Amino acid sequence: MATLTVERVSKSFGKVPVLHGIDLSVADGEMIVIVGASGCGKSTLLRIVAGLERATEGRIVISGADVTRLEPAERDIAMVFQNYALYPHMSVFENMSYGLRIRGVPKPEIARRVAQAAEMLGLSGLLERRPRELSGGQRQRVAMGRAIVREPKLFLFDEPLSNLDAKLRVAMRAEIKRLQRRLGVTSLFVTHDQVEAMTLGDRLVVMNQGRAAQVATPMEIFARPADTYVAGFIGSPAMNFLPATLTEGGLGARIADGPVVRFADGPRPGMAGRSLTLGVRPEHFALGGPLPLSPDLVEPLGSETVVHGRLPSGQEITLRLPGAPPGHGTIGIGIRPEHLHVFDGKTGLRLEAEPAIQPPPRVAA
Amino acid sequence: MRRKVIFPGTALPYLLLAPQLAITAVFFFWPAGEAVWYSFLRQDAFGISTQFVGLENFQDLFADPLYLQVVRNTLVFSVSVTAIAMSVALLLAVLADRHIRGRETYRTLLIWPYAVAPAVAAVLYIFLFHPNIGLFGRALNGMGVAWDYRLNGDQAMLVVVLAAAWKQVSYNFLFFLAGLQSIPRSVLEAAAIDGARPVRRFWTVVFPLLSPTTFFLLVINLTYAFFDTFGIIDALTKGGPANATQTLIYRAYIDGRVNLDLGSSSAQSVVLMVAVMVLTLFQFRFIERKVHY
Repeated sequence: MATLTVERVSKSFGKVPVLHGIDLSVADGEMIVIVGASGCGKSTLLRIVAGLERATEGRIVISGADVTRLEPAERDIAMVFQNYALYPHMSVFENMSYGLRIRGVPKPEIARRVAQAAEMLGLSGLLERRPRELSGGQRQRVAMGRAIVREPKLFLFDEPLSNLDAKLRVAMRAEIKRLQRRLGVTSLFVTHDQVEAMTLGDRLVVMNQGRAAQVATPMEIFARPADTYVAGFIGSPAMNFLPATLTEGGLGARIADGPVVRFADGPRPGMAGRSLTLGVRPEHFALGGPLPLSPDLVEPLGSETVVHGRLPSGQEITLRLPGAPPGHGTIGIGIRPEHLHVFDGKTGLRLEAEPAIQPPPRVAA
Repeated sequence: MRRKVIFPGTALPYLLLAPQLAITAVFFFWPAGEAVWYSFLRQDAFGISTQFVGLENFQDLFADPLYLQVVRNTLVFSVSVTAIAMSVALLLAVLADRHIRGRETYRTLLIWPYAVAPAVAAVLYIFLFHPNIGLFGRALNGMGVAWDYRLNGDQAMLVVVLAAAWKQVSYNFLFFLAGLQSIPRSVLEAAAIDGARPVRRFWTVVFPLLSPTTFFLLVINLTYAFFDTFGIIDALTKGGPANATQTLIYRAYIDGRVNLDLGSSSAQSVVLMVAVMVLTLFQFRFIERKVHY
């Protein structure tokens, strides 16, 4: 039962900055997934929370106590590593009980807790085995068990599923989610896999080049991405981006050399001609529109079809259509304005619709 | 992980083994056989007549108080050299494994003593411990300690042990360092998160994971102390004073080459051969079973 606060945490390795002032506050029992491409600093952030790296600046607060200067041992956290990091010379029982033995927990209590965790994870018959005698999935469970028996304030997961094969990964993902719910332990989960992020997290932190691009619930991130990076990272196939310019009054956007799309939710600020980037998810195109698309690759997936093609301008478009593939030749597509994402053309930041303009107050004559 | 190669016939594998077998036969089995044979013989002082005496050479050997003293010396010497060489090397390896400035230079410097010839190492130690010209020797005498390893048997033993251990530290250091670097960092981090402080971490995680390396080095060091330290002892003390630093290998040499007692020397060689066989066997049995995890 704990909360976690990360305050303005920065980290540089020598002269190379990897984290630029991360702020994050995690509620008790919440599961936060930190997601981003490799090298975005997500693992570094986790390691700073664990105490394995020192932050260059900023504070880490667990349940109100500042732990920034404390050793990992003093933070009462547990971590599951990508390569499991089991002690190869110890049995499963010894692996799981190591932390408890160090803390001087009485033996009957250790036995009880390990038995309980082993039961929960289906490891009861394997307690005498060494890690090398276990399969990848079983090792993963032991690593989880080692974290669970400690009953820590915080669980940290550092890409724990990426060494498993695809099928096992899906199964373990569900298992981790169930366990975390059941135990109600505040958790940080680092992954580069957007599906893992979307399915596991109560909230996501999407990281880009050492900054938190967006912190929000999975559905909010999907529906209202904060910038083009987040928009392109979350969702598969990735969102399409079309360069466009703002039309008079901010009421719509003119797609380069093409038609005008009117915004469904209201005008965007700025002068006519302001450079924009329009984001359209592959499933948000309508057939029978004004944009002529020449498909160059059609991928039928059964229940749906993914079409890759080009517009006359050379712009690449990916399309997801329900059902069977369309016929050959150019197809006309249109954008459904209610699903349009509008970003600034230069900064890539999301542009929200302005509230309806109030009529100016009447000036007395 | 054992790779197996399937040969079509038996000729080729034998052919491939032949050079190795030939070398072993000419340089080991034949002289070893000679030694065993000579150990049953006794020659007169001028080498004119030779007679078969059965196990008499061995009986004489184990009845000789000097030989028993040499066995004791060898045990003290080997155990001390192994203990010092390994513990110092482990300490240095742990330090070198840390992220310290100039780590590469530090490592390279530590490897140097291994390249020093035993006789040169002995001369270095003379320069350090000689009562008149040695750095420490003079300092000790200056402080009122009656230091002269040429007269005092215990001091002599100390100096040969130090010299022999010093030469072996580099070798052990290399293996320990490689062993330390093969321990995944995340395992140590997991132990840190589990609450283990550095010292605890070392004894419960690092040291057990090093055990295959440690055991291998234990056997190698004992063998080294038994057989490869002749040069250092010969150059430093010549087994003296009063036989205080004579080891089995040195005694075998003295009896054979100086005292020209080939029978006794051969018997001693056979005893040594049996000792090293036991050691090797022990290593194989133990390493196969216990030390792996």
